[in-house]
Amino acid sequence: MNIIYSDALIIGGGLAGLRSAVATAEKGNKTIVLSMCPVRRSHSAAAQGGMQASLGNSKMSEGDNEDVHFADTVKGSDWGCDQEVARMFCQTAPKAIRELASWGVPWTRITKGDRSAIINAQKTTITESEEVHGLIHSRDFGGTKKWRTCYTADATGHTMLFGVANRCAQLGVDIRDRKEAIALIHKDGRCYGAIVRDLITGELDAFVARATMIATGGYGRIYKHTTNAVICEGIGAAIALETGVAQLGNMEAVQFHPTPIVPSGILLTEGCRGDGGILRDVDGHRFMPDYEPEKKELASRDVVSRRIMEHIRKGKGVKSPYGEHVWLDISILGREHIEKNLRDVQEICQIFNGIDPADTELDENGIGKGWAPILPMQHYSMGGIKTKPTGESPTLKGLFSSGEAACWDMHGFNRLGGNSVAETVVAGMIVGDYMADFCLENEIDIDTKFIQSFVDKENDYITKLINSDGKYNIFEIKNKMKDIMWEHVAIFRTGEGLEKAVKELEELYKESLNIKISNKERFGNPELEEAYRVPKMLKLALCVAKGALDRTESRGAHYREDYPKRDDANWLKRTLASWKDGDTMPTLTYEPLDIMKMEMPPAFRGYGAKGNIIEHADSAKRQKEVDETKERLKAEGKGRYEIQDALMHYELQPKFKAPNQRVGVGNE
Amino acid sequence: MSRKITIKAFKYNPLSKISKPHFNTYELEETSGMTLFVALNQIRENFDPDLSFDFVCRAGICGSCAMLVNGKPQLACRTLTKDYEDGVIELMPLPVFKLIKDLSVNTGEWMAAMNSRVESWIHTTKVTDISKQEEKVDPELAQKTFELDRCIECGICVAACGTAIMRNDFIGAVGLNRIARFRVDPLDERTDEDFYELVGDDSGIFGCMSLLGCEDQCPKHLPLQNQIAFIRRKMASVK
Repeated sequence: MNIIYSDALIIGGGLAGLRSAVATAEKGNKTIVLSMCPVRRSHSAAAQGGMQASLGNSKMSEGDNEDVHFADTVKGSDWGCDQEVARMFCQTAPKAIRELASWGVPWTRITKGDRSAIINAQKTTITESEEVHGLIHSRDFGGTKKWRTCYTADATGHTMLFGVANRCAQLGVDIRDRKEAIALIHKDGRCYGAIVRDLITGELDAFVARATMIATGGYGRIYKHTTNAVICEGIGAAIALETGVAQLGNMEAVQFHPTPIVPSGILLTEGCRGDGGILRDVDGHRFMPDYEPEKKELASRDVVSRRIMEHIRKGKGVKSPYGEHVWLDISILGREHIEKNLRDVQEICQIFNGIDPADTELDENGIGKGWAPILPMQHYSMGGIKTKPTGESPTLKGLFSSGEAACWDMHGFNRLGGNSVAETVVAGMIVGDYMADFCLENEIDIDTKFIQSFVDKENDYITKLINSDGKYNIFEIKNKMKDIMWEHVAIFRTGEGLEKAVKELEELYKESLNIKISNKERFGNPELEEAYRVPKMLKLALCVAKGALDRTESRGAHYREDYPKRDDANWLKRTLASWKDGDTMPTLTYEPLDIMKMEMPPAFRGYGAKGNIIEHADSAKRQKEVDETKERLKAEGKGRYEIQDALMHYELQPKFKAPNQRVGVGNE
Repeated sequence: MSRKITIKAFKYNPLSKISKPHFNTYELEETSGMTLFVALNQIRENFDPDLSFDFVCRAGICGSCAMLVNGKPQLACRTLTKDYEDGVIELMPLPVFKLIKDLSVNTGEWMAAMNSRVESWIHTTKVTDISKQEEKVDPELAQKTFELDRCIECGICVAACGTAIMRNDFIGAVGLNRIARFRVDPLDERTDEDFYELVGDDSGIFGCMSLLGCEDQCPKHLPLQNQIAFIRRKMASVK
């Protein structure tokens, strides 16, 4: 047995893991990062649009600050988020982006003078002052009051990832790729590291650490159609679940994006519709105005996704070898506009589908040659490993989580665009720093015999898998799971469908324990890798499906056709899932969110259907309290920081809680 | 409209005592818009669960899946089967990099060494206070830096390079582009003398034979030859 010791062990080499590694290494902790792929290939690289941070630099973001960002985030979450965490996040985001700039991320900068922009389909001129020339720019995104999304062209995630990876290289963080954690080592409610499989040699090692972090991203690959990279299988969350001690939060909260291209699932940016692109059905008819006469294609992400699926259900979808889809038509914007402003979209359409989206010609059936086939697909996992605001599991000491793998819980039931890539680095800073302190304060007190027992258990498991001579094929089980999730646990959910899904998934889970493996090698064996991953994925799928079945309301991305209202009276609570060894179904419990402690009590979001809320009595009560406190403190001449603190105090490291300086307003 | 296509994939596991290098041939039904990502996954699920290959983003963003497709290094995820008229596609792993198995090579190890050699991070004496307004950067310089920051380390420029195939310590266009990227970045305080210390020899800037394979094959269309020529001129004039 090989035991590798470190102070901090970080599983996952995307932005959240790498930024956390910087935090632990900066405090002098020996830090190891494990990653399934070279870290610069992580799914973080795929984030295009940008990162929200309330710098308030450019003309269109004037007046922005943490308060505005906070309100947008809480509304976006459909009041499902932890408001203290949302506050921690909004306060730290401007610092995160400024830090990344100092590490070399080449943020797009503001040029002084006039520039033209399209706002509400009107050509508009925006004038930037001399004072902001050279500061970080920001663009418009859905669900935000100000233009807050900072970016590097359309490759924001890539440049951020390389910037943070460069910083890790500078600090000498020990990064080991092609390593996969397959179990956590734990005893008496304390985590001691992980059993790790080398994806080249197949060897199992024990990585033992003072603190362990899971930052392995989301679980989109449990769905048939997803924008996620192929490594986003949720294995990190699953091994936390398999401890039986750590819990997963809000696993049923899964976001869908309206316009990935079919069949590859690669995103075509929301900018296509923002610039005036339209959706068409099998007859070439523009259908969105029929459903959403006001906002049309520019209703919120969840609404557009639902309308597309509704229309396909009515028989208006386009049949293809990859299932039904609708069309995204940007050819109406003209070739010049596309080749200048939607260059990447054009390239994706050309390379992956062999079509030129600027082509305005119609074929013999009246279908545009340049129309892109699109279908809403799974996009983001709001759920994950439940953590405290410090990022530590409340039930398994020494286990931390950050990024999409975590339910830190700033997204609640719906995440705003630009807040995910921001969360990775902000959580990396905050949670990474708490983890660094944990490492400094805690010893490793575990004997090697105990570690050996964990290695033996996993070794025996792998041996059993290799020798398995059962009935079922693991690839077939995986594909069936993806079909079930897509069919019954996706954009529209009903009690009937979910019940069916839960039953079938449980059956599949049992089958996954009775498979036949044809390849008997211990290494270089993709079939073996599927064999130990798929049962883990099925456990996650069951958490999602069962959580969705039991949650008899609609909140954010979780939409129940049989319960279309947001039910604050009964469901303003977080779902917690755990898994007992030997069970074939998760155990669900609930943790209520206390309205009387909220800075922003539940109300109408400002978009979507109005009056669709079953209210909680405390909402009005708390709102009154909040209004009175605000008024009183304002009359006393208190500033916005003092008022905020009186409404909802939150803990945050002083270096992150410090006020953020902005052009024209200083620290106000 | 659909046709049968033939995929010949190189197979070899260097860690196995019994494995011998050979090609396996697979026949499959082509579907519309089929990429090598789709094809290879079908092969693994239906014909050969042992076949190893690397994909992560499958969208041309991460650079994992570079391999030789009928002899040319390119991203498999962005390769459409319909572009091969006779329907026969031969796949081999990238040269230069250490073979892991079949079509999978260890670019991670190679790139980590490159990043360490060129000290791929901002060198500055300034201390940043992250609560304060960020340092201003000329928008055009930021854009120029970004254009060179777009490299995804797929390894195609290395696999397409005559020098890299002959000498294993050559830094490749990816490494030289990284030098160019930090050289243009106004935040990096390194001088040409500093960069000379890193790449001022035959395993660096003077090893390039200007065969243009790197730029010809670069999936991100980076201006590699211009950058290499410019750095060579700068490095040659370092006293």
